[in-house]
Amino acid sequence: MEESETMNAPAVSAPTDAELVDLCRRMVTARVWSTRLFNLQRQGRVGTMAPIDGAEAAVAGTASALDPATDWVFPQYREPVALSRMGDEVIDTHTLYLLGHPAGGRYPDHVHVFPTQISLAAQVPHAVGMAWGMKLQGLPGVAAVFLGDGASSEGDFYEAANLAGVLRVPVIFVLVNNHWAISTPLSRQTAAASFADKAVAAGFPGVQVDGRDPVAVHEVVSAARARAMAGEGPTLIECDTYRLGPHTTADDPTRYVPPDQLAAESARDPLVTFSRRLCQLGLWSDEENERTRTTALERIDLAVQRAEATPLPHDAFFRHVYAGSLPLRLRRQAEEVAELWP
Amino acid sequence: MAVSTIVEAINQTLAREMERDGRVVVFGQDVGQNGGVFRATDGLQARFGAARVVDMPLAEGVIIGSAVGLAAAGMVPVAEIQFLGFVYQAMHQLAGQVARLRYRSDGRFDVPITVRAPFGGGVRTPELHSEALEGQLANIPGLKIVLPSSAADAAGLLASAIRDPDPVLFLEPLRGYRALRDDVPEGDHLVPLGKLRRVVEGDDLVIVTWSYMTEVSRRAAEQLNGEGFSVGVIDLRTLVPLDLEGLASAVTAAGRVVVVEEAPLTGGFGSEIVATISEECFYDLEAAPVRVSGYDVPYPVGMLEDHYVPSVERVVRACRRALEAAP
Repeated sequence: MEESETMNAPAVSAPTDAELVDLCRRMVTARVWSTRLFNLQRQGRVGTMAPIDGAEAAVAGTASALDPATDWVFPQYREPVALSRMGDEVIDTHTLYLLGHPAGGRYPDHVHVFPTQISLAAQVPHAVGMAWGMKLQGLPGVAAVFLGDGASSEGDFYEAANLAGVLRVPVIFVLVNNHWAISTPLSRQTAAASFADKAVAAGFPGVQVDGRDPVAVHEVVSAARARAMAGEGPTLIECDTYRLGPHTTADDPTRYVPPDQLAAESARDPLVTFSRRLCQLGLWSDEENERTRTTALERIDLAVQRAEATPLPHDAFFRHVYAGSLPLRLRRQAEEVAELWP
Repeated sequence: MAVSTIVEAINQTLAREMERDGRVVVFGQDVGQNGGVFRATDGLQARFGAARVVDMPLAEGVIIGSAVGLAAAGMVPVAEIQFLGFVYQAMHQLAGQVARLRYRSDGRFDVPITVRAPFGGGVRTPELHSEALEGQLANIPGLKIVLPSSAADAAGLLASAIRDPDPVLFLEPLRGYRALRDDVPEGDHLVPLGKLRRVVEGDDLVIVTWSYMTEVSRRAAEQLNGEGFSVGVIDLRTLVPLDLEGLASAVTAAGRVVVVEEAPLTGGFGSEIVATISEECFYDLEAAPVRVSGYDVPYPVGMLEDHYVPSVERVVRACRRALEAAP
């Protein structure tokens, strides 16, 4: 993949060895967490979830180029397991979310991650609004929004990209192209030569990058961030990768994914290729891999324990419909629930 | 006190709120240099600058959707939808996102978004300019719905809406923008959300209504009261939150009730009012409630409009039915 010629990327420094190791740890951890949550769904302990397999490099690579203190991330629903760089608590909140607990929509105040979004591309206008608000207040930082190849067909994406171009706001569109929208392949999603091309109509650069290579993603996102911070506006980044698992726990991809294609793509698994590369550099080893997996398993078990121990407020679904005290009608409804569910 | 039209009161209130709070941003289609197609935002861009009074691309979805991000960033967004019928293009953001942000973030984010839009028929607009959608919108938990029917209320309710930490749909009576004028109190004038207004006192029957139908109902009451009846009118002002206590006490006192709205009959907010009255005041009713509304047809073209929008004559007929009904 090559960057399109419309992008004059400012020079950005390559990741240090420590940053490379950190990236690999976060990718391995994301896969471990995702797999564990997938299995918990099979045991009936958490709800429907969308596994990360194949998107680790795109998501963790993006997060590695952001500043968690100033920047915001707007996920769709697949990404949170790979966003640990935005805050150690991300996995706790995400586990609560999958458990179906109301607190699963609320990352702690210092964690700049918007709640998981189910409606495809609905988060894209929100990210543009956030970037606009940051610009109006002269705040440093950018908003980075994830969407998939399928979500890029939604009107929300086109409307938000168009507005972002007009307002030149500091937003980065990270389009993770995993070649499938549940069962809909790329050929049924767009006739465009690339998803990056969709930036042309909005008047800002669109870039294609190998979404299996976290270093390439890091560099392209860093460049987009530098552009945004310099007041030069948005960038659309298409991270090309492949969905190695089912769409969600409710999906059976054997009905539509060609087995030979999946086998070929599995050989390019970003986890496998990146850890092999770091091994060759002497930065990674089987032992390090095992240590990372063990630590990750301990952490997800802690998150599950914490989530399962989080009390459910009895008036949970009346709080936060509106600010302040409940209007009379809602108060009566809350009283009924309190009687029926003491 | 100064006499204003509704649109002037809105314009002055927007200016006052922008002056008072630097976080207020006004945006929509044609709101800048042009001052809005009804001049509701006239002069605001010259006074507050193009960064705070923003002409938007013609895309309702992102006008409403970007307000979510603006609010989360700490701004106070005041978005304009040029005509309420166009809000269909943004319903997914309004119902699926704006209304739910506080709830889905478990209270992390305040949502001080105001969406202004004129609605209502009777002025020969093209298709989709006149629809009364308040009943559809009231079925979306998380939104507040405010519909002024006077200049004083337009000013006082709009200031309350902008300062409210929840999303408010501020639905303006298109037909009353310049036709209705009254005294607006000087200075910081606030009308609380969720308190109805008694427009005409009367104890034989009460007409329950909102927005421009308040004016139609007032004229109907005037005619009947000239014949010796005592017909009252209440303007609900806000459908959500609903002034349950005020509604119940007015209906209980009169015993007879007519509900008037512009929207189609089936599933409209008038149905909600009648259902509420049945629950709250059943044993105080002396006659079955009567509804006056638009018909269950798509909003008609201009030549048929006067047959559709409830008229003084239709409201008077409905009142006579309710007044003449004997248990």
